[in-house]
Amino acid sequence: MIDFELTPEQKEAVEAAHKIAEELFRPISRYYDEHEHESPKELIDTLWAKRQEGGSFGGLDMTAALRTEEICWGDAGLYLCSPSPGLGGAAVFASGTPEQLQRFLGNYNEGGPKWGAMAMTEAGCGSDTSAITTTAVRDGDEWVLNGEKIFVTYGKKAIVDSKGFVVVWATVDKSAGRAGMKPFVVPAGTPGARVEKMEKKLGIRASDTVTIVFDNCRIPFENILGSPEVRKIDKSGTAGFKKAMATFDVTRPLIAAQALGVGRAALDFVKEALEKEGIEIHYGLPRHKLTALERDIMDMEANYKAAKLLMLRAFSLMAQMLPNSLEASMAKAKAGLAVTKITQKAVEIMGPLGYSRKYLLEKWMRDGKINDIFEGTGQINMLVVARRVLDYSREQLK
Amino acid sequence: MISFSPTEEQQMIVTMVKQFANDEMRKIYRECDESGEIPARVIDTAWGLGLVSTSISEEHGGLGGEHSAITGALIAEELAWGDLSMTMHILCPALMVYPVLEMGTEEQKKKYLPAFCQEKYKAATAALIEPRFGFDPYSLSTTATLKDGSYVLKGQKCYVPLAADAELLLVYAAEKGKSQGFIIEKGTRGLEVGEREKNMGIRALATYEISLKDCHIPKENRLGGDKGCDFERIMNCFRVALSAMAVGVAKAAFEYSRDYAKERVAFGEPIAARQAIAFMLAEMAIEVDATRLMNWEAAWKLDRKEEATKEASLAKNYADDMVLIVTDRAVQVLGGHGYIREHPVELWLRNGRGFATFDGMAIV
Repeated sequence: MIDFELTPEQKEAVEAAHKIAEELFRPISRYYDEHEHESPKELIDTLWAKRQEGGSFGGLDMTAALRTEEICWGDAGLYLCSPSPGLGGAAVFASGTPEQLQRFLGNYNEGGPKWGAMAMTEAGCGSDTSAITTTAVRDGDEWVLNGEKIFVTYGKKAIVDSKGFVVVWATVDKSAGRAGMKPFVVPAGTPGARVEKMEKKLGIRASDTVTIVFDNCRIPFENILGSPEVRKIDKSGTAGFKKAMATFDVTRPLIAAQALGVGRAALDFVKEALEKEGIEIHYGLPRHKLTALERDIMDMEANYKAAKLLMLRAFSLMAQMLPNSLEASMAKAKAGLAVTKITQKAVEIMGPLGYSRKYLLEKWMRDGKINDIFEGTGQINMLVVARRVLDYSREQLK
Repeated sequence: MISFSPTEEQQMIVTMVKQFANDEMRKIYRECDESGEIPARVIDTAWGLGLVSTSISEEHGGLGGEHSAITGALIAEELAWGDLSMTMHILCPALMVYPVLEMGTEEQKKKYLPAFCQEKYKAATAALIEPRFGFDPYSLSTTATLKDGSYVLKGQKCYVPLAADAELLLVYAAEKGKSQGFIIEKGTRGLEVGEREKNMGIRALATYEISLKDCHIPKENRLGGDKGCDFERIMNCFRVALSAMAVGVAKAAFEYSRDYAKERVAFGEPIAARQAIAFMLAEMAIEVDATRLMNWEAAWKLDRKEEATKEASLAKNYADDMVLIVTDRAVQVLGGHGYIREHPVELWLRNGRGFATFDGMAIV
């Protein structure tokens, strides 16, 4: 039955997350935006403690996405500082063995705060992940990794500040293209893995984005996720690669949820300001009777709604164990565009109040933009959607 | 719990309607658009599916099925995928049936509903839009004044579908500044049906301008009697119905241009293999889906009898833009061929352009 009612648990989760966002994230939002690379230690400890109590905001389901939206309504940069298995964890979930799940994720319920990062992008390749040059060479019971990864979200927190891990994508056979690409878990403290550079960014400044260099970095053989075999099943890819991409079916709608949080923050800000001025939005009026402002607000709200429903649909399919690659990419593409549009319009509408660093709106515009870029740019997601609706392979639609 | 899956029953209705749209409507829609006529046979067949009559309560001759805006939206989308003119013609009696069913007095239900439970199609319609710049359904120029125990209606309406054939017309008029519905029977003095209108799109649908010249109707013909009607809810039901139809038209255009793009070869490969085309199609797919989901949410609110103006308006405005963009892109994907009447996309563009105008021409 078509239904838009959250379950009582979901409502509770949203409320609790909103409270955390309001009380813990918003008050320190501006500070950590202006103090890039400073770690919000107190927040991290609080969040970790909450996680241990079972009030975590990890997870990869619809409830997690709803929570994520609320937290990102608070602050999207600080959200990315939340200790959790994160994107690396998603990869372990997607293709790890039960033993690996236990070994890599088992300690996320004990000890100090931890993160699980994902290292895919290289200086020479972003979306074209099959062009990865980082190598993994087997040497007896070990893999030896060599290469350089950039734009690793919370990479420093994962392997320098904590006892977390980073999932590194490397090729075991360059001639095999995508088929040779495998994920490896590199735990914190592994010799030969070092964080080199912390990026200075447009937004989400509270989150560290780093370069990690792997210099004869040795990890146990068992740290490969999935099969070490290179199987060329067909031209379009291998089971291993597809599994890797399956991670995106979860993470992309989660990014959509992040985008929605930022977008709604901006929308709420504008609507509150208008309310204070006594300006009402007359939803039911015919279009020619709407003011330009009303049209803008309605357009922003509709875009928010459109993206949100696409996001919820992607999770709904996932919960039913149905394929959702198309829907996940639709949600991500739409949400990235929506948050960009909403926040930029909000800054415009608010004029000097929008542009001033006295308020958070300008920050949200900077923060929101990342959602149109990471986990696949809007264009890459459009490409995925296009291939799916056309039933085209990568070779047929490049 | 959040869910985007229609019930099994809804799924069955969708399958049935889709088949009708494919087997009947899609066979003749071009011919109908050119001739301006829809064969009565098709309308009767559609009526036989019981899409409208099913929800009329048993005591008034129907099957007493649930009247649901979501189901209505699902039906409207599938029909409109087949053809918009025919959809509006087929569902036109609902413009009278649903408001009476939901808001009519017991007498009104008894008097008017049984006629719509017959096998044969019976035309009824509603008149909302007025032929003037700046038309606003909340501030109608057509007026209804109570005088000596009967209402006197004055004004002009346009885009009244099937007005010439309709046995009953539900005319919306301002009574003391508030929009209310008034039931007018065919042949009532003062009701004048003008020439059939000539429109850019929906050319197979017969629409008319009507004039109300001191048209006297009994006091009992006010929709909902003394209580009147919930005009806001009616507006929202219009919005959801039209948005669903916009989704149907857009989906048709998307599918057709997608298939064309895969067949049409240029520079040695299908044009769909080019990102310039592929991205247009991806955007169309996303927007069609997004609009459908937004509209479902509005319909869901209506079914729960909740205030739905915000959701329905957002969905309707979004759908108006979406259908225009999607049908326009479809013409663009076909290039010169899209402009030729041998392909349907130009028809969908003409029909799609109308949604921003069609207030009150369809209801769920």
